[in-house]
Amino acid sequence: MSPDALVAILGMAAVTFAIRAGGYFVANRLPATGFVAAWMRHIPGAVLAALVAPAVVAGGPAEWLATLATGLAFLLTRNLLAAMAAGVVAVYVARLLLGG
Amino acid sequence: MTAMRWRRAWRLPTLPGAENDVNAITTHTGRPTDQFLLGARMFIPLAISVGAYGLVWGVLARQSGLSPAEVALMSTLVFAGASQFVALEMWDPQALPVGAIVFATLIINLRLMLMSATLRPVFKRLKPWRAALATHFVTDESWAMTMAEMARGRGSLAYLLGAGSLCFIAWLVAALAGHLLGSAIDDPARYGLDFAFTATFLALLLGMSKGKADIVPWLVAALAAIATARLVPGNWHVIVGGLAGSLVGAVIETRRERPDVA
Repeated sequence: MSPDALVAILGMAAVTFAIRAGGYFVANRLPATGFVAAWMRHIPGAVLAALVAPAVVAGGPAEWLATLATGLAFLLTRNLLAAMAAGVVAVYVARLLLGG
Repeated sequence: MTAMRWRRAWRLPTLPGAENDVNAITTHTGRPTDQFLLGARMFIPLAISVGAYGLVWGVLARQSGLSPAEVALMSTLVFAGASQFVALEMWDPQALPVGAIVFATLIINLRLMLMSATLRPVFKRLKPWRAALATHFVTDESWAMTMAEMARGRGSLAYLLGAGSLCFIAWLVAALAGHLLGSAIDDPARYGLDFAFTATFLALLLGMSKGKADIVPWLVAALAAIATARLVPGNWHVIVGGLAGSLVGAVIETRRERPDVA
């Protein structure tokens, strides 16, 4: 394990522990409604959208087709593994056909 | 805040007999051992989906160049799926962006603070430092189950720990199994597996959708991220897009709740 990797993992662990334990300590003061609560609820989705969008834009037609296939597969099955598999198969086939 | 409000906010199914107010909860019922085993048993269906998540994460971890020891250490000490997925996306063993990874983890896991805060009643008989350690077992899944128990007038620390322990075992074992599976694949791009990241994140994103209210925040996040990715090297687009989208979402939501505020 490289020192950098160890520092990154311990850093991730430290902030995550501080957040979890912090929730217990500030429970009586934390706003359950209003702006801050709404903000926290919106973070995970926004982060995922921020991860996906540049990756899709950076790809070509094969990746765009596979993105469509992944989305359709998830909406039909509601299953993470099935959606991932559909995306991988779609990109593999599309690259073969399109020569990407 | 009432139990109903929380369930709506976090998309929990309404359970039979769950109409009581959170304020009315008690934190007891049965011996701790029974409660622990009950929590673990009730968690079994969720453990299967956590295991599937963990398997995908392990495969991707191998692809990102994490060693089995790093997989085990991160899954044990961080134990927060969404942030671990994002960390993999940013992971470059040659030049690890430590600051960006830790900051992204902080932003993504902020929601856990609200979760352990709402579980405070089950911690109330503990010494503070023990309660702080027990919050490590708060995950999206174990929290949702314990909240559902609390809404029915039950729920206890042992129940949370039972559910959380099974969640932890499923996550760790699946992650290591995924890593093993991933090492059987020599050149991921040849089989289209380089697309697994994008596909996984897209599926996770769609699974979070609460309807039309998400369209604008997600669009803002996407556009901000695309622009940042063009202009700034590294992985800051994740943080910029995530902050922009979530702040816009919060502004829209709070304005809708209080139409008198201009």
